Amino acid sequence: MDISYKTAAELRELLQSKQLSAVELTRTYLEKISRTDATIKAFVTVTEKEALDQAEQVDKKIKQGLELKPLEGIPMAYKDNICTEGVLTTCCSKMLETFVPPYSATVAERLQESGAIMLGKLNMDEFAMGSSTENSYFHPTRNPWNTDCVPGGSSGGSAAAVAADEVVFALGTDTGGSIRQPASFCGVVGLKPTYGAVSRYGVVAFASSLDQVGTLTQTVTDNAMVLNAIAGYDPRDSMSARFEKPDYTKYLVNDVKGLRIGLPKEYLGDGVSEDVQKVIRETVKTLTDLGAYVEECSMPHTEYVVPTYYLIATAEASSNLARFDGVRYGYRAEDAEDMIEMFIQSRAQGFGAEVKRRIMLGTYALSSGYYDAYYLKAQKVRTLIKGDFEQAFKEFDLILAPSTPGPAYKFGEKTDPLAIYLHDIYTIPANLAGLPAISIPAGFSNGLPIGIQFLAKPFGEGLLYRAAYTLEQNTEFHKVKPQLKEVL
Amino acid sequence: MKISRQDVEHVALLARLELTETEMENYTEQLNSVLEYADKLQKIDTEQIKPTAYALPLENVFREDEVKPSIDRDTGLNNAPDATDGFFRVPKIV
Repeated sequence: MDISYKTAAELRELLQSKQLSAVELTRTYLEKISRTDATIKAFVTVTEKEALDQAEQVDKKIKQGLELKPLEGIPMAYKDNICTEGVLTTCCSKMLETFVPPYSATVAERLQESGAIMLGKLNMDEFAMGSSTENSYFHPTRNPWNTDCVPGGSSGGSAAAVAADEVVFALGTDTGGSIRQPASFCGVVGLKPTYGAVSRYGVVAFASSLDQVGTLTQTVTDNAMVLNAIAGYDPRDSMSARFEKPDYTKYLVNDVKGLRIGLPKEYLGDGVSEDVQKVIRETVKTLTDLGAYVEECSMPHTEYVVPTYYLIATAEASSNLARFDGVRYGYRAEDAEDMIEMFIQSRAQGFGAEVKRRIMLGTYALSSGYYDAYYLKAQKVRTLIKGDFEQAFKEFDLILAPSTPGPAYKFGEKTDPLAIYLHDIYTIPANLAGLPAISIPAGFSNGLPIGIQFLAKPFGEGLLYRAAYTLEQNTEFHKVKPQLKEVL
Repeated sequence: MKISRQDVEHVALLARLELTETEMENYTEQLNSVLEYADKLQKIDTEQIKPTAYALPLENVFREDEVKPSIDRDTGLNNAPDATDGFFRVPKIV
C-alpha cells in the first residue's frame, strides 16, 4: 500500500479499518527517515524503540475494537527545544548537547495522551535564534524542494520533515516567524496560535512574551486536528489564557463569502520579490472570486517592526539564557579557577555566534543608562504596532500578508545579521501583537514554494482555518510535493 | 561608532561571556549596525504611550500558597556536570 503523503485524517481511517497496523505505519515512517534523512537531515534524535513500543499499544487498542482518538497512531516529531522526558533535548546547542529532561512539556504530555507516536526530535537554529537552521550546532537541514536551499528557521527541521513526508505532522515554536517562515519555504501549513493559547511549560524559553508552540502539517485539516490536541489553559504557564477552546475542525468550511480581508499597503513595497507580489495578486483574485472583500489597509508602524522586535526579543533572551551557567545542567568548561570564570568559559564555549550576538544586544538594551532608550522605548512602540492591528480589525475580519519577501535562499547566501533580521518583517508583527497567524502554500517560484499568511484577532484561529481551508480547497498547491527521488 | 569597544567589553562581562579578539571586532561592528537601525525608534513620539510587556492582558497570576510536589533531588541532579553528596559542586566562589 502506498501511504506516501497521507494525512492524519486519512491514516486514522486506514488504522481504524485495520487496513494498516500502527506498527507497520510507524515502521514505514522510520524507514523513510533512514533513507531520506541522510540527505535532508531534519532529525537530531530518532526514538525508534519508543516509537514502536507506543505503536504496539495502539495496535492493542485496535485489536480490541476500540475507537481511536483523532491522532492516535499518527507518527510525528518535536522541535528540539520542546522537553521530552527521558529523551535528549538539545536546542541544537553545544550548551545542551547531553541534556535529558526529567519532565515533558505540556504539549508533549497532551500529544502523548492523544496517542500520537513520537519518532524523535527535530533540527533547529540554536536556541531558536535564526531563520535558516544554518545556526544549528549539529548540521544544517536541507530544503526537500531544492537541497541547495535552506528550509528556513528556526523550525527548519520541523518544516522539512513534514515536507519530505518523514512525519505526518510536527510541532515547532514561533517567536518572530520561526514556524511560518519555514512553512512557507517548505510548502507546508504552519500555524502560530494566539499568545497564551498553547502552553509554553517545558518549552525552552527564548523570548517569553513572544514564544508560542505551533503546528506544521501538510493540510489545514490536519493542522486543526493537532491544535485541538495541544491548545488550552495550563496552570503551569503563568501566561496561559483561560478561553473557550472550540473544536477547531468545525471551522473547516469552504466559504469566504462576505469576509472582509485587509491587505496592508506597507507590506507590498520594494523589498518584496516579483514572485511573491504575483502570488499575492493571484491569492487576492481567488479570494474575491469566492466572494470575499479584499481591500487595502494601512499598518503605519510597519517600518518599526524589525527594530522593535530585535530589542525586545534579544533583551528577553539575554534574561532567559542567563540560566545556562554550567552549574545545574548543560555544558561546563573545565579547568576554571573560580565560579565566575566557570560561568564565563562555559557560556563562551557552549553558545554559538548568533546566540552570543543576541545575548550581547539584549544585555546592552537592558543595561543601566540604555534601558529607557532601547528596551522601554521598544515596549512603547510595541503598543503602537499592536494598535495598528486593533484599528485594522475594526474594519476587517482578517489580514492577508506575504509570509516572506521571497522563496527559500541558498545556503551561505545571507550572512549579514541585519539583512537576515529584515527578512522577518511579515512574520514579526503577529508575535509582537500576540495574534494568531497561519502560513499556507500559495504558489511557486522556480520550483520553490511560496506561502501567504492570514492574521486574525486574538483567539481567531477558527477564522484563520476557514480562510486557509477555503484557499486550500480552491487551489492545487497543497497537492504538489517535492521530487524526493533525486534526494534518495 | 556608537558603541565602543569598551562598551562591548563591559556588556560581555555583564552577560558573563568572553569574546575572542575577532569576536570583539565583529560584534562591535554588527551591534553598531543593528543599533543604528534601532535608532529609527527614536523618531517616534511615545511620550503618552504605555509600554506593552505582554500582548495578553493578564496581571497578578497567582495560585494558593500551597506546597506542591516537585522533582526529587536525585532526578534533579541527573544532568549535573558535577554532583556530590546531593549538591551541585562548583569551583570556589572567591
